[in-house]
Amino acid sequence: MSEYQVNEKGYYGDFGGAYIPEMLYPNVEELRQQYIAIIQSEGFKQEFDQLLRDYVGRPSPLYLAKRLSERYGANIFLKREDLNHTGAHKINNTIGQILLAERLGKRRIIAETGAGQHGVATATVCALKGLQCVVYMGAVDIERQAPNVARMKMMGAEVIAAESGSKTLKDATNEALRDWINNPVDTHYIIGSVVGPHPYPDMVARFQSIISAETRKQLQEKTGIETPDYALACVGGGSNAAGMFYHFLDEPSVKLIAVEAAGKGVYSGESAATTLLGREGVLHGSRSILMQTDDGQVIEPYSISAGLDYPGIGPQHAWLYKSGRATYASATDDEAMQAGLLLTQLEGIIPAIESAHALAQLEKMTFKGDENVVICLSGRGDKDLDNYMKYFGF
Amino acid sequence: MNRINELFANEGNKRILSIYYTAGYPTLNSTLAIAETLEKSGADFLEIGFPYSDPVADGPVIQHSSEVALRNGMTLQVLFDQLAGLRRHISIPVLLMGYVNPVLQYGVERFCESCKAVGVDGVIVPDLPMYEYEERYQEVFEANGVSNIFLVTPQTSEERIRKIDGLSTGFIYLLSSSATTGKNLAVSEDTAAYFSRIRNLNLKNPVVVGFGISSRDAFMRATDYAAGAIVGSAFVRLLSESNYEKKIPAFIHQLKEIADGY
Ligand SMILES: Cc1ncc(COP(=O)(O)O)c(C=O)c1O
Repeated sequence: MSEYQVNEKGYYGDFGGAYIPEMLYPNVEELRQQYIAIIQSEGFKQEFDQLLRDYVGRPSPLYLAKRLSERYGANIFLKREDLNHTGAHKINNTIGQILLAERLGKRRIIAETGAGQHGVATATVCALKGLQCVVYMGAVDIERQAPNVARMKMMGAEVIAAESGSKTLKDATNEALRDWINNPVDTHYIIGSVVGPHPYPDMVARFQSIISAETRKQLQEKTGIETPDYALACVGGGSNAAGMFYHFLDEPSVKLIAVEAAGKGVYSGESAATTLLGREGVLHGSRSILMQTDDGQVIEPYSISAGLDYPGIGPQHAWLYKSGRATYASATDDEAMQAGLLLTQLEGIIPAIESAHALAQLEKMTFKGDENVVICLSGRGDKDLDNYMKYFGF
Repeated sequence: MNRINELFANEGNKRILSIYYTAGYPTLNSTLAIAETLEKSGADFLEIGFPYSDPVADGPVIQHSSEVALRNGMTLQVLFDQLAGLRRHISIPVLLMGYVNPVLQYGVERFCESCKAVGVDGVIVPDLPMYEYEERYQEVFEANGVSNIFLVTPQTSEERIRKIDGLSTGFIYLLSSSATTGKNLAVSEDTAAYFSRIRNLNLKNPVVVGFGISSRDAFMRATDYAAGAIVGSAFVRLLSESNYEKKIPAFIHQLKEIADGY
């Protein structure tokens, strides 16, 4: 068993667990007891693989970005999660969880969403399976991600605005948890990242691990070695990074770099750079690292990208950070926007602003020349056009 | 024997009324004065909430009171400072209720010591799970004589209820339904069946019903089966009114008058 994977008590090192009120215990316990057996059953595996292939369009390509590579002096490969159906990695997880929910006999699905990508991915699989879908989304995010709100509604989901706190992802998550408390029998909560009480972080990481499983194979085909020198991903809650890192965790030669959102600057007071600004504590059901006051009140984060605007990170990331296995870097709004524009103009790919944070890290790295770098391009930028246009004045 | 045990031992046949309210709401320094008025008006014990930014088990009324309290400057440290004089004024049991993260930042051991020092008898921390409590914290709670109160819902299995009964040292907090705070307890056969199922378990700890008790009717119905009941959101709503101090006695009397049969 890898020291970087969850143990039988639901912990990654010092982090994880299930800090939930008794009202959530039966549902979370049911999941905990059954998720592994269900995920490993033949029927589940077959349907999961088939949907990822024929519906999502997997495997997603691993693309050697030539002009980007020239610019930075390394072989830069983009793992094209942006080409998935619905435009981001989020659908890998929602396909897995809807199949699980079905097997648990649930009829009603709830989800939280920040950028709207997870909400869209959830509404999509609910339409696919004919299940009722309710998505909680911060009122601020509803404003800045309008196209995704429309997509969810078109697919039959009910979108409910979270009006408390900073009206973003954290608050949407609170509302989803409250919904689950009030609907304890027929509802499954599809959490969108590697956060929440055990077994969610592990379950979501398993569903996203397809990213690095494919990457290994594709790298072998393209370079003759399965492992890159660097693997990079952005971190909101940390699910695309968890998927990108999964099959490299026990390969010490692979340097893992996670990029958090530094908003207007790490110490500007408007940031979401959790590992730099946070301390250990409990948020949304697990012990991790979170941005908080001395009194343990959660601090409202800020990022231009709705998907990274979260004051915590998943417990596995807290452990990868504390143990030193992965490096946690950050990119400001400006750095990310410039990196997004650069990829667009060099490669003809408009990235999600979330993913652009990972790309921004390239500016701060120096390469020896022939190193292989894999970057998780977690999503496409269609949903962000408004933001890009406003920022650059197109 | 602490104040909680004494209350339930002495008042065996009475319908016990507990009131929940949020510390630092409506104003930073209202906490102790409200406690005094409540005791004088006939409340049997108190649950003082310490506010948290992300109260996932709470409905809109208590969420709002927590937001206001935080804006007013309430913290655990401020609360313990305010409660320094608690036992000069208040003789009924007092519990603190809140979420685990502020307790972790304050330090669990220090938290228990502060409870003991000011005369807080027990705590309710809904998101501190039984497993973590047993594994890491039971010893320091017990060393300081602080009762940790666990919740039970209609979905809690009998096996788990028995385990909770074994770990509890004050009372068991029975949720009227699986719900966030501030819903009204629906009059249903299901609820009655659930309450009598719990009563028939003959637990060693007394049972107190909370969440959804907003009227004397709900209070009466709950206490037909349980030793007591807790009113939270309905009382917090009263605190948002002007001249709330003057309205507290009537609020308690109308809940209890019927209950006491006079
Ligand atoms: C495209 C994209 N990338 C990244 C994220 C961040 O989530 P996570 O850190 O779980 O991958 C989001 C979240 O909405 C997203 O939409």
